Amino acid sequence: MIIEFGHFCLVLALIVAVLQSVVPIWGVRTDNAAAMRFADHAAEIQFLATATAFAVLTYAYVVSDFSVLNVALNSHSAKPMLYKVTGVWANHEGSMLLWVLILTLFSVLIALFGKGIPVSMRAIVLAVQAMIALGFLAFILLTSNPFERIVNPPLDGQGMNPLLQDPGVALHPPLLYLGYVGFSTAFSFAIAALVRGQVDPSWARWMRPWVLLAWSGLTAGIALGSWWAYYELGWGGFWFWDPVENASFMPWLLGTALLHSAIVVEKRAALLSWTILLAILTFALSLIGTFLVRSGILSSVHAFANDPERGVFILFLLALAIGGALTLFALRASEIREGGTFAAVSRETGLLMNNVLLSACTVTVFVGTLFPLFLDIATGDRITVGAPYFNRTFLPIFAGVVLLAAIGPFLSWKRANIRKLRKDVLVTSLISALLGVVLLIVFGTPDPVSLFGIAIAIFLGVATLLDLARCAGVGTARWTSLPRRLAGLPLSAWGLCLGHLGLAVASAGVVAASLWSLEEIQTVTPGTPVTVGAYEYTLVGVENGMGPNYRTSVATVSVSRNGEEVTALYPERRWYPVEQKPTTEAGIETRWHGDFYAVLGDPAANGQFVTRFYYNPGVPWMWLGAFLISVSGLVSLADRRLRVGVPTPSRRSPPLPQPAE
Amino acid sequence: MRTLLNHLLAGFLTVLAVTAVLSVPAFAVDGDEMFADPVREARARDVGRQLRCLVCQNQSIFDSNSGLAKDLRVLVRTRMNEGDSDSEILAYIADRYGDYVLLQPRFSMRNAILWAAPVLALLLGLAAMALYLKSRSPVRAEVSLSEDERAAARKLLQEGRS
Repeated sequence: MIIEFGHFCLVLALIVAVLQSVVPIWGVRTDNAAAMRFADHAAEIQFLATATAFAVLTYAYVVSDFSVLNVALNSHSAKPMLYKVTGVWANHEGSMLLWVLILTLFSVLIALFGKGIPVSMRAIVLAVQAMIALGFLAFILLTSNPFERIVNPPLDGQGMNPLLQDPGVALHPPLLYLGYVGFSTAFSFAIAALVRGQVDPSWARWMRPWVLLAWSGLTAGIALGSWWAYYELGWGGFWFWDPVENASFMPWLLGTALLHSAIVVEKRAALLSWTILLAILTFALSLIGTFLVRSGILSSVHAFANDPERGVFILFLLALAIGGALTLFALRASEIREGGTFAAVSRETGLLMNNVLLSACTVTVFVGTLFPLFLDIATGDRITVGAPYFNRTFLPIFAGVVLLAAIGPFLSWKRANIRKLRKDVLVTSLISALLGVVLLIVFGTPDPVSLFGIAIAIFLGVATLLDLARCAGVGTARWTSLPRRLAGLPLSAWGLCLGHLGLAVASAGVVAASLWSLEEIQTVTPGTPVTVGAYEYTLVGVENGMGPNYRTSVATVSVSRNGEEVTALYPERRWYPVEQKPTTEAGIETRWHGDFYAVLGDPAANGQFVTRFYYNPGVPWMWLGAFLISVSGLVSLADRRLRVGVPTPSRRSPPLPQPAE
Repeated sequence: MRTLLNHLLAGFLTVLAVTAVLSVPAFAVDGDEMFADPVREARARDVGRQLRCLVCQNQSIFDSNSGLAKDLRVLVRTRMNEGDSDSEILAYIADRYGDYVLLQPRFSMRNAILWAAPVLALLLGLAAMALYLKSRSPVRAEVSLSEDERAAARKLLQEGRS
């Protein structure tokens, strides 16, 4: 009965979505405020209905109701509670429901906290959100109903892919969808701007908090997915240029461009039509990503539970949304008036250049991901576009992005002082070169390409800190006032600093990891040390044990340096009897400079074991960098100018005029 | 009683299954196939990381556990023993298994779009940016005054002073 109630709620959400996409638009046409306000209440009901449906499905998983087909196919009574809950979205139907839940969550947040947005604008934004929700609710109800029942329920479920029974990947989809789906807000705001014919700085200010929130979530989601691959897939890699990874990376790249171009709109009322186009394209890439992953059209290590026939439905939605939006853009773009002007060397140009480079990066990933598919359809030839292609094409362009992130903040708005810029770049270069030489003396010379990579990362780090120091008045004001000045910096300045610093740290980590990683693969007898760089790894022994729903062999590997024990690692091999699948859990210990990483393989003859030992320098830096980037979005979000629910003036009211005595 | 039996049976099956899986060598790169010389082993890996495991999803043959990947690894090592260069080995394997096996697609007319796209995107973007900047640049070139105008200005200034 509860299951049918969930099903009913989903239908209710669909009906509300229909009303929400029609009534507010009619209200705007006829200037009927009540009809416009209807959007707010509809968004609330739609969210409640979807959330209830989601809660019902979760309940079915928690109590292991195997009369529900989806639960029977994807869960098992012996699974730990955490994975019963996360199992809700670890399959196609459930993850689509999560998709719509997050979409309606953004709608209801706009309805609740967007009171500062003019009602006619809000009405159209929410109507567009509802149209997207309508498409995907119809998709769920018609092709992927999670509430389908079975006549003869099995005694137990078929279990869940054990690779996904992991805390990291459990949280990965919600965060990823927060970003993917959150970009729908950018899309809706862009459509609303085109419909109302109002594109101006206040529009950018209304849109920006939602994009920031989505972008932070997407950053964290991508990093979490990468982290999971790093410790779970067990060969020390963290990014594979896999089609599904690329599908989430493309909206991130373009979303990053959008965040930056929206700053220009907000501050200088320039780049208006470009920003609108970018908002549409960013969400288009989210939709394309959903299509690629959910249709199973691209083979990938991450594409679970997919079905090509459903792809046609999503493809139809995709064509409708992107085609409709771009047509509207083509019709209305000429009416958009560009505002402020600026010189060729200025902050605006820097941000525009950022957009050009990030767009080129996106095109590269897009073509690299989809070209094999097109070639297959057109000629029947099958080729592979793998990591070596992206390393050769993407990385050089992205190096430009990193370099620009260093120089951009030196430029002032409207017209930059070239002499000052030259001085700033020179000072940064000198400090970076000094640091670089120290590193070279300590670590030795790498090949030229890696040297270039490290140089850029150091340059960005130094430039960002110098810029922060300048903002805080170092060198011009007293030292004692420094803490006060730092605290007084607007949060958006901190956001810039943290984000760019995070990029520097992550880049340094990536370069270090791909440059200085050490790997030793061997069959060892327990007790025999293996040399990995400066460290010695010794397999002490292997013990068998039982987990909640798996059997496991846990090895103890001690790591020592010059005879002194540094740490111990506990890599595991697990066997999940329900799913009949093994998994490897790498044993990892993190230090500031890198990870000690060990993987246990199979037992060989004579009590020996196949083992893989790694020392991965820089990897913790990558996660730290990604964390900083993700947090930078939230910090910017907290800036009073951008606070959700703008534009309430947040400055305290001026003191009342005192009568002169 | 029934449940106890079930548990026993499940336990027995589990033990069977674990033994079955553990007895199959399922681990990328085992010790016996490797070169003793670390330099040659590193080279084998560089080559191997450019070849796709055909039965896997987007893994190189050096990251895969499958038997076919192992066969290809052994093939790479054999070709190295024969004295082939890296590109000869890649060509040798691509001739037999098709271009699908190459993680880095060939530079060829068929793949022209693929390889040209990043460069074209960058150039088009830069060109569009240059055009935009030119059309909107507020800074007019500073017009210098002609000698006649200068004289006129001087005259006007002097008139104002006197």
